Amino acid sequence: MTTHYDEQKHPLSRRLFHWIMALSILIMIGSGWRIYNASPIFPFTFPDWATLGGDVWTSLARHGDPGVASAIAWHFAAMWTLFVSYVLFVLWGLVSGHFRRDFLPVGPSSVLRDFVAALHFRLDHRLGEYNAVQKFAYIGVLALVALMLVSGLAIWKPVQTYPLVSVFAGFQGARLVHFVGMAGIVLFVVVHVALTLLVPRTLLAMVWGRARERRHLVTSGDVP
Amino acid sequence: MTVGKRGLLRGGLSLGALTLLTGCDISDQDSVQSALAFFSRWNDRVQAALFSDQRLAQTFPESEAVKDFRYNAWYGPDKAPRLNSADYRLKLAGRIDNKRPWTVDELYSLPQVSQVTRHVCVEGWSMIGKWSGTPLRSFLERIGADTSARYVGFECADGYYEGIDMPTALHPQTLMAFRLSDEILPTKYGYPFKIRIPTKLGFKNPKFVTAIYVTNDQPRGYWTDRGYNWFSGI
Repeated sequence: MTTHYDEQKHPLSRRLFHWIMALSILIMIGSGWRIYNASPIFPFTFPDWATLGGDVWTSLARHGDPGVASAIAWHFAAMWTLFVSYVLFVLWGLVSGHFRRDFLPVGPSSVLRDFVAALHFRLDHRLGEYNAVQKFAYIGVLALVALMLVSGLAIWKPVQTYPLVSVFAGFQGARLVHFVGMAGIVLFVVVHVALTLLVPRTLLAMVWGRARERRHLVTSGDVP
Repeated sequence: MTVGKRGLLRGGLSLGALTLLTGCDISDQDSVQSALAFFSRWNDRVQAALFSDQRLAQTFPESEAVKDFRYNAWYGPDKAPRLNSADYRLKLAGRIDNKRPWTVDELYSLPQVSQVTRHVCVEGWSMIGKWSGTPLRSFLERIGADTSARYVGFECADGYYEGIDMPTALHPQTLMAFRLSDEILPTKYGYPFKIRIPTKLGFKNPKFVTAIYVTNDQPRGYWTDRGYNWFSGI
């Protein structure tokens, strides 16, 4: 009897850009929350421990600044590593056929079907093959990062890139879009990391380049 | 493999543990600070390249200008320096031909223009205001400043200090603002004048200016010395 394996392969370039983007996004979120706290647009702030920019009280004592200077330095450093790794990841994904092969086809009905299955813990995961929810999430988060880069540029350079800021109904509109985009990316990161921890082999594949497991015949239920 | 409920719980706990890692203060380490400083200098160059003396900041109808402009400083408005026109002299230094000090009356008799522009704070808030004053460019030309020098620096009565690149100093919307909302600049907003630069973040708009100098050495800035980006253009 032959044994069949499911295999997940990630070439070096994909892994490299993935991890640079992942680290950059975490830095952007942590520092962005510190910057947000300086002038919140909603009636809440993020807890200091979850933000990036050094110790708030030390910074206040030394500089009269709650670490916003440091947070902005982080934000405007990571924007470059995110921008470069994102552009390379997307170009490479388009040229190599990775996106076409692994992210398509995807439609509303298949996403809905797989989403309902996931809610019932009945969604099958096979290494090397993305289900419709995954496809939708990956395309979605890539689109969100693009939105963040454009809205971020509009906030950073509202004068020099004018009339870009008008696309977001002005400077404060661009800040709002930047916030909502962040919320979407945070949602993605939480679900993405949780699912990775549930299927740890996918993490191995993204680190070492490949992982495989014996093809299983049971497709639903914890107990055979 | 099927995603199981028990696994989800285990994963959730691991995720919670992961967030604890962000508690450490990596921002305060020297190597991190120098890496961030490298990117900040790179951003200075990118911003200088992006800056165009042809591109004007958006202007708004006068009806959109805020009358009660937000007060902003690291000290309360009652601590703002009270300069009086009898004693005040604007000092000029550096690469300037005519360094004769200026009185408030002399400054206020300069030809003036008005602008309704958006003031953008580095913290994220913004406010539209109406400022009137003389373009810094025409003042620099009047006093025989070397406009081929690289920087213009400012010293202020409240201990503040700032500096800007010459292209920004020569930008048509960069003003020595004598009035806010058509009234002589009130004490707390920087009497007798502030530098109004709609192409820079708010903290690059110094108030209570007591000295202007022209130099080739990059002037330090109060908030730049506390970690903010030097160019800080918008």
